[in-house]
Amino acid sequence: MLTILLLAVPLATGLVAATQSWRRWVGWLCTASLGGVLILGVVLATRVVHDRAVSAFSGVLRADALSAFMVIVIGAIGLLATTQSVRYLDAEIVSGRGTARHATLYAVLVQGFITTMLLAVLAGNVGVMWVAVEATTIITTFLVGHRKTRGALEASWKYVIICSVGIALAFLGTVLVYLAALHAGHGLHASLQWTSLMSVSHHLDPRVMRLALGLLVLGYGTKVGLAPMHSWLPDAHSQAPAPVSALMSGVLLTVAFYALLRFKAICDGALGTAFPRALFVTVGLLSLIIAASLLLSQHDYKRMLAYHSVEHMGLIALGTAAGTPVAIAAVLLHILGHGLAKGVLFLASGEILLVEGSTEIDQVRALLARRPALGGIFAFGLVALLGLPPFSLFVSELNMLRAEVSVGLGWAAAISLICMAVIFGAVMSHGRHMLFGARAEGEPVHRTPLIVTVPLIGGLAGCAALGVLAWPLDSLLRAAAMVVVR
Amino acid sequence: MNNATYSNLLELAAGLVILCAFVTLWRRSLSAIVRALSVQGVALGLVALVLGLHRRDVVLITVGCLVIASKGAVIPTLLKRVLANDSLIRETSPLVNVPASLVGAGALTFLAYGATRPVVALVPTSAGRLIPLGLATLLIGFFSMVIRRKAASQIVGLLLVDNGIALVAFLATAGVPLLVELGASLDVLLVVVVLRVLAVQLWSKFAVLDLDQLRELHD
Repeated sequence: MLTILLLAVPLATGLVAATQSWRRWVGWLCTASLGGVLILGVVLATRVVHDRAVSAFSGVLRADALSAFMVIVIGAIGLLATTQSVRYLDAEIVSGRGTARHATLYAVLVQGFITTMLLAVLAGNVGVMWVAVEATTIITTFLVGHRKTRGALEASWKYVIICSVGIALAFLGTVLVYLAALHAGHGLHASLQWTSLMSVSHHLDPRVMRLALGLLVLGYGTKVGLAPMHSWLPDAHSQAPAPVSALMSGVLLTVAFYALLRFKAICDGALGTAFPRALFVTVGLLSLIIAASLLLSQHDYKRMLAYHSVEHMGLIALGTAAGTPVAIAAVLLHILGHGLAKGVLFLASGEILLVEGSTEIDQVRALLARRPALGGIFAFGLVALLGLPPFSLFVSELNMLRAEVSVGLGWAAAISLICMAVIFGAVMSHGRHMLFGARAEGEPVHRTPLIVTVPLIGGLAGCAALGVLAWPLDSLLRAAAMVVVR
Repeated sequence: MNNATYSNLLELAAGLVILCAFVTLWRRSLSAIVRALSVQGVALGLVALVLGLHRRDVVLITVGCLVIASKGAVIPTLLKRVLANDSLIRETSPLVNVPASLVGAGALTFLAYGATRPVVALVPTSAGRLIPLGLATLLIGFFSMVIRRKAASQIVGLLLVDNGIALVAFLATAGVPLLVELGASLDVLLVVVVLRVLAVQLWSKFAVLDLDQLRELHD
């Protein structure tokens, strides 16, 4: 019941937005809908945290602790991102780039985007999960291209082509898993149901499953933005409107990663942990190295943030490779912490673009002196994202590294630390460029409106609170980790 | 239908799928390529139909009819509209010439036979033996996305990839569950629509048809 309600809230909001002509209250209704999703997610979490999954439509929808956690991630970052939607749309309409019809389309698409992501994490059937992830690509393509500039259209084209090919490979992987399941259960009651795949996982043909996992990592990995299939990511994330970038970078990447977590659990049963671990270590390290080398030479701050996402996806891939309960709990905490910090940063960068008119790092100067509130948010966001305390990314990175060392992946942890150090240096130097410096003679101190500062500071505070006191999520994280660890 | 006819028909239809993949590499005119794609869609639907008749599986027969309708008719029609404004423009400058690309496609077919050995071993039926053809179609689709530079050619490559996967799915598992199958087909249809919209916008606003012209975003 709860799962149906969760999907119904954004769907109904989208329908309302579609039938109304654009008013600002429609925009705020969309924000309220995400608040509803977050509350329902918390309710769902309290229901399923003690090992009782809920399901609907004879198992097509199913929520366990892991799904509930992902719903909370979607709700929290969605709420944060949609608080800035009205401001973005107002600016588009005032500047004459967008019309009321544009705004309506945007509102409907964002609600559709949220619905498909929720469907992906609530699907009890890995085939339905695939359909939902593919549907996110279709919907977000129009959101990436929403500003209809040449760059935006180019980014959408690359995005939809590369991600469609990737997700097609994931479908082939899913077909092979189904094939293995057909032969494991003697053809009886074989299905793509997540629970039934888990129950037969020890009997799945290992040679077919090895091929399947390779395709799934390549396929879903494309949507996650793992190297070497990451090339669409900096384009799409830098061209999309800021609230959409926040959603795509903060949530969509990790929703695709959620699919990999599920499949890794099945493959661990069929193949043992060695092969999946090698695969995840490879893509994880490759992503870190590529992110580190490309971050050094960035001149666009939105692309800088996008490459930073590639780094963090690499980190969670490494954490997943370790695969212990502590590691998976840390991966999940990292998913939430990264989502919040990256969401705040993309929203802040949208505001910087709005007031400064450029996404070039060189064009932005002395933010802390000229716009103290906005500059401060951006600075603290970078601090959070670089994994410094008190923010939760520090805790989760530390736990992931410790878990990696404990399972004999110390060398990989060492390489990842070197990459993180390089990225730290690169981002610090870019950030210093943008943040420090003196105000020009006679230039007033600009105020940033409360509608921007309050939600963004809230997001940062949430990220810090998670780092200091993990208790509200502790039992949920442990329960969610146990879903995919055996 | 007896067993010999069944496996002959199946081989014929699956063979037609891969043949059409080769034709898309061989022909340069985009409208000929779209025709080949439409024949391929029909052949793919026939694979499902033959399998469905053989197993007396009503769902699979329905899926076969749907595939013929969508991949044989609807998607090619959508593609033709993209081409309406440049139906005479040929793929003028592929990165690899036609004979070399046909040789490449042949090599990919061998690769497909090698890569699918574990899968074929699991499905020792007359359908199972044809699985490599599906993977070969997929690889040829990739190949043509890499070597062709027209926006429309990339859509064609994507559809080849998708048809190859559908062929593997039909032959290996007699189709995934209906709900997933319908969702997947709808997604493909929508992707083609999305790409069509984007191609039209890029063409009408910025006169872009060649992907080499997409050089706005880089590091």
